[in-house]
Amino acid sequence: MRYLLTEFKEGLLISLQAIRANKMRSALTTLGIVIGIVSVTLMGTAIEGLDRAFNKSIAAIGADVLYVQKFPWGGGQDWWRIRNRRDIQIRHERAIEKQASLAQAVTPVTGTRRQVKYERKLVENVVVVGTDADFIETAGATIAFGRFFTPMEADGGRPVCAIGSEIAVNLFPNENPIGKTIKVGNYAYRVVGVFERQGNFLGMESLDNRVYIPINRFFSEFANSRQGIQVWVKAVSLDQVENAKEEVRGIMRKARGLKPRDEDDFAINQQEILIQTFNSIGVVIAGVGLFITGLALFVGGIGIMNIMFVSVTERTKEIGIRKAIGAPRRAILLQFLVESAALCLLGGIIGLATAFPLSLIIDQVLPTAMPVSIVIVALLVSIFVGIVSGFLPAYRASRLDPVDALRYE
Amino acid sequence: MSTIIRLFNITKVYQMGEEEVHALQGVNLEIKKNEYVAIMGPSGSGKSTLMNIIGCLDTPTAGLYELNGTNVSEMNDNQLAKIRNKEIGFVFQTFNLLARSDVLHNVELPLIYGGFSSAERKRLAKEAIERVGLSDRMHHKPNELSGGQRQRVAIARALVTNPSILLADEPTGNLDSRTGEEIMGLFDMLHQQGNTIIVVTHEEEIAAHAHRMVRIRDGKVERDEMVKHRRIAKSIVTS
Ligand SMILES: Nc1ncnc2c1ncn2[C@@H]1O[C@H](COP(=O)(O)OP(=O)(O)OP(=O)(O)O)[C@@H](O)[C@H]1O
Ligand SMILES: [Mg+2]
Repeated sequence: MRYLLTEFKEGLLISLQAIRANKMRSALTTLGIVIGIVSVTLMGTAIEGLDRAFNKSIAAIGADVLYVQKFPWGGGQDWWRIRNRRDIQIRHERAIEKQASLAQAVTPVTGTRRQVKYERKLVENVVVVGTDADFIETAGATIAFGRFFTPMEADGGRPVCAIGSEIAVNLFPNENPIGKTIKVGNYAYRVVGVFERQGNFLGMESLDNRVYIPINRFFSEFANSRQGIQVWVKAVSLDQVENAKEEVRGIMRKARGLKPRDEDDFAINQQEILIQTFNSIGVVIAGVGLFITGLALFVGGIGIMNIMFVSVTERTKEIGIRKAIGAPRRAILLQFLVESAALCLLGGIIGLATAFPLSLIIDQVLPTAMPVSIVIVALLVSIFVGIVSGFLPAYRASRLDPVDALRYE
Repeated sequence: MSTIIRLFNITKVYQMGEEEVHALQGVNLEIKKNEYVAIMGPSGSGKSTLMNIIGCLDTPTAGLYELNGTNVSEMNDNQLAKIRNKEIGFVFQTFNLLARSDVLHNVELPLIYGGFSSAERKRLAKEAIERVGLSDRMHHKPNELSGGQRQRVAIARALVTNPSILLADEPTGNLDSRTGEEIMGLFDMLHQQGNTIIVVTHEEEIAAHAHRMVRIRDGKVERDEMVKHRRIAKSIVTS
């Protein structure tokens, strides 16, 4: 045991000397490893980011909510067949609200884009959402300041609004927005509440950049009442989601006058679909990442093997000297394995140092942080590649005949 | 005096393609403890081949080699490495030091493979370096030393494990005659301190330091005699 430890230390010392003596060559050799480690790290970081963003932005909406919409999420269906579907209208929402026994809250949701103004400050292209008082329950969002509009305000079509946090920051940098009157398009609305910040997901439009107003007023001021809507249905409990879905489906089919043989001309979307979409994005990133990583590490490993053969040849004389004074095969093998592993570890460290700033760029798109586990994995992977690709050269070195090696010039 | 080396009918054949080179053709030799032997002979006569076999760097094609009573002619690679580490100190014509390591590390090296602790290694290495008179060069690299000094480092490295025999294959071959004399003075001293020494040389003056002279020709021992007019280094120089 002590033999091994001493020989290991000697190997480490010598390999550091060798790497230092050939700085340029060592750095170039590790390039493949560097690329491999950068890719494995960024992949890990991106997946971590997706996970976080998903949990934050999407899971907040709630797994017990059904989204009755014209089109299904995630596409994949025959667009040409479904693009002519009839819009969903407010009367469908009424039908569900009246008949669904498994729904805890039902709310219509529709939207358009307008500029929003307060005094001199202006935000262009804001999504204006028309909905009713139940929205706050189905959306799973929380109000940070003030309140959401009441059923009375909603039904009466009062000119009140709740605004997203980004709008609040942009229009009211230094004052309390509650009670202030803003202009949405050409119409005045009084701010009654500000939503809590939600963040954005996968570069989708920020949920914080929205204004929410009563849907009745929305139809009189921003659209005619034939504009399509979505209906958000919150089930009474999580385990009733599937039953609620069937119930809503039946109500919708009846309300839209579908015959038994007709297909649904609407979609009832669920977060599950989003989870699937998310998972398939994750799988794609992981697949591409693993492919690049594997390829780079393979090429890098070949490079390391090559340079280790060169190193063994260059140092034949040294090997002869060591053998002459009593180094066993094991010690020579260990020395070159350590050198190869140290070289790859160097590549791994350069790779991590390169990946870290890049992960900060990813952070701009997908809030994330480089996970500690991926750092450890990266370092272990590089050591492993070093040992595997260094084995053949090290084995050859350990088998050299001492007399021949000493005579080598 | 006990016998350290016993060679019986040692042969060594090199295969050069079709041709066979008979480097050694039946060498018989016995060397006792604390002997001081010079091996001489014309170029190509097989001196180095013989030294490599005695030093366990190489194995004979046929014959028996007993070192300290154990048969080493049939040992495997790792067993031979152990013998080289413990029993043999080898000094080469071209010094063969590790260029990137300093004097101390070079001398420590055999102890690393001998499994000594770090403190023990430092102590023994410093002692050996002191014996060859290089204490003030401990942290110099080989290329910062003169040829004579390098050979002293090599001798310190050979001594450090306290081996049964010191083997030197033309240790003065790369040195001028004055420095060569100094190195031989060092060997004389080590012999007086009880070491067993075998030196290969071309030069009569160098060989005259030894007690016994073995002449090799065409892979055979031609003559084996005691040195009549021994030459002792005038001063055992230490710097
Ligand atoms: N590895 C080898 N392969 C083939 N022939 C060899 C090998 N080593 C030595 N020989 C041959 O064996 C013979 C003895 O060589 P050796 O090196 O022992 O001579 P030497 O007496 O040491 O000569 P010198 O005084 O020049 O050093 C020579 O003919 C040499 O060519
Ligand atoms: Mg020779």
